Amino acid sequence: MFGKLRRLSLDVPKTALEESQKLPSSERRHFLRNGLFTAGGAMVGGAFAGLAPGALAKTQYPPENPSWTLSLGPGVVADPYGMPSPFEKEVIRRNVPWLTADKVSSISFTPLQHLKGIITPNGLFFERHHAGRPEVDPQQHRLMIHGLVDRPIILSMEDLQRLPSVSQINFIECPANGGMEWRGAQLNSLQFLHGMVSCAEWTGVRLSTLLQEVGMKPEGKWVLAEGADGAAMTRSIPMEKALDDVIVAYAQNGEALRREQGYPIRLVVPGWEGNTHVKWLRRLEVGDKPWMQREETSKYTDLLGDGTARGFTWVMEAKSVITSPCPEMPLKEKGVYQIEGLAWSGKGKVKAVDVSVDGGMNWQQAQLREPVLSKSLTRFVLEWKWDGNPALLQSRVIDETGYVQPTLGQLREARGTNSIYHKNAIQTWKVNADGSVVNVQLS
Amino acid sequence: MFSFRKCSLKLALVCSGALMLPLASSAVAESAGYYGVGETPTEEQIAAWDIDIRPDGTGLPEGSGSVDEGMAVYETYCASCHGAFGEGMGRYPKLSGGEGTLAEDRPEKTVGSYWPYASTLWDYIHRAMPFFAPQSLTDDQVYAVTAYVLNLNYIVDGDFVANKETLPKVEMPNSGNFVWEDPRPDVENERCMSDCKDEVNVADSSEGKNLTPRTTGPLDEGLVE
Ligand code: HEC
Repeated sequence: MFGKLRRLSLDVPKTALEESQKLPSSERRHFLRNGLFTAGGAMVGGAFAGLAPGALAKTQYPPENPSWTLSLGPGVVADPYGMPSPFEKEVIRRNVPWLTADKVSSISFTPLQHLKGIITPNGLFFERHHAGRPEVDPQQHRLMIHGLVDRPIILSMEDLQRLPSVSQINFIECPANGGMEWRGAQLNSLQFLHGMVSCAEWTGVRLSTLLQEVGMKPEGKWVLAEGADGAAMTRSIPMEKALDDVIVAYAQNGEALRREQGYPIRLVVPGWEGNTHVKWLRRLEVGDKPWMQREETSKYTDLLGDGTARGFTWVMEAKSVITSPCPEMPLKEKGVYQIEGLAWSGKGKVKAVDVSVDGGMNWQQAQLREPVLSKSLTRFVLEWKWDGNPALLQSRVIDETGYVQPTLGQLREARGTNSIYHKNAIQTWKVNADGSVVNVQLS
Repeated sequence: MFSFRKCSLKLALVCSGALMLPLASSAVAESAGYYGVGETPTEEQIAAWDIDIRPDGTGLPEGSGSVDEGMAVYETYCASCHGAFGEGMGRYPKLSGGEGTLAEDRPEKTVGSYWPYASTLWDYIHRAMPFFAPQSLTDDQVYAVTAYVLNLNYIVDGDFVANKETLPKVEMPNSGNFVWEDPRPDVENERCMSDCKDEVNVADSSEGKNLTPRTTGPLDEGLVE
């Protein structure tokens, strides 16, 4: 399973071009212009990113048969590692160039506007690297477990896979998701405002199994996790959490972890801030106190309005966002729409999601789509008839602890505007009369 | 590799995917080494990878470095990104200044104004800096440049020499301003369903701010601040 992964290619497929060669020249021009170039242009459709209006040339409509019905496609293993349709080439992770000094320590965002269900495809899972993505050789990679233990060990990736494993679906969210918006509305995009959350099925070994295998000493109260990247990323995790639901994961949605997600192994710390899910994991140390590393002092602490700061704010509190419509998914005309979105809580399951179309004056309970899992993304839906007038769309999640997603005003009142992290406020989308959708903040 | 493993009765406790039993420490000791996987590291192997430093100084190696020696290290390996006085070049982080700004509108969080522990500075420089060549400095160089960055922030005097005795004793000015316990939930929203407020006003909009990179087509490389 740790075989080489193929490079992603976004080129227009040869077959489509070859297909066009078979058409008479006038139709061929039409096919190329409408079928290919429009799809790669600036417009974005509904379910299929490539399905822009006019994307299908007239020659492909009934009563004509489309060219792909009258010909053969490439055979099996034309793509030994399958790739998305080239018409989906706009569905990619994107970054905000002005946000960081360097792409090596930076962030990319998941295109939530294009995703369905609750699982993030592996190639679209958001990235956060502090020293770039290392190319780790699993044959040489080792996990060392030591410290306050009876039996320190060095494990190979094969050793790890001999141990009992579990699979669990969990979201990972960077606590800086939406962090640019504490002071005001800046970005006009679902992807850039909320795309630092993704969700996958993770498979690996429970950290409790590993700690049991090495025999923890009773003084062991904390675990330090360290990565093998150039940042040698470290976080201190309290033993209670380590023994609860943390896993050392080697697989993501059925295949080996992607390199961007820590190949060959990472920590998954369900419901806790993304930075604790240490990637390219190489060392676990048991100790009696936290280590106060740079990523739990200088960073990932929340500065309050009075100049004091909170540390060890690990849990991602409940949050939700409407993913359609959104700035990237405007409305086309009045009529019936399915308002859809995602909700999640680091403290367990989503209990309910309410949707408002009048800026929070009145709310209706949305439907939750199965499955509704703990510390996972949950999809909600509410049918809505848009009358063509401006509207203010919001969603509000309630989790199983009874916690109600707050407004930005409430968060600002409690914390000021300089915390960067943990902004889980209700998002407002303004629908204009022309159907365009804008990120706004209410007073 | 994802084949199903049968659990023997004895193993069911640890093997069962769904069950999460609290582990009493006696149970832990009893079953240590049950799977017998892995090699036992030598002390040298552990020491070589065990690079973390704690606020009480645990983990700090032998060696030392002065502020003066640190200036040379800093100018060679650090100043190009962090600026000659730690003021930060471009969007590279500032390492100094910002005292008294934490409660202001535009706080500057630096080693001097924000960091609670001096040990973290040694630990982080040693593991991650200089950015292009992590873990390339000697222990003496790390001590020296740590002393220098502390001096840039007026936290130690010019004659300070950092070593495993002196560094843990350095008091960071902002150390008392952290709360290491999560007080959340710190806001309580109500689940009101109708007539929830008097009026609805849009206070701010992203429209026309021109900060959003392209969300269609190829990646946006051009947009800078
Ligand atoms: C090539 C540019 C570059 C050089 C050279 C460099 N750094 Fe850095 N430094 C960075 C970047 C980028 C970060 C932020 C990394 C991150 O957050 O992922 C950083 C972060 C830091 C921080 C943490 C700042 C904070 O507030 O959290 C310290 C301390 C630091 N560097 C010290 C040094 C020292 C000492 C040297 C010289 C030995 C050095 N750096 C050389 C780019 C550089």
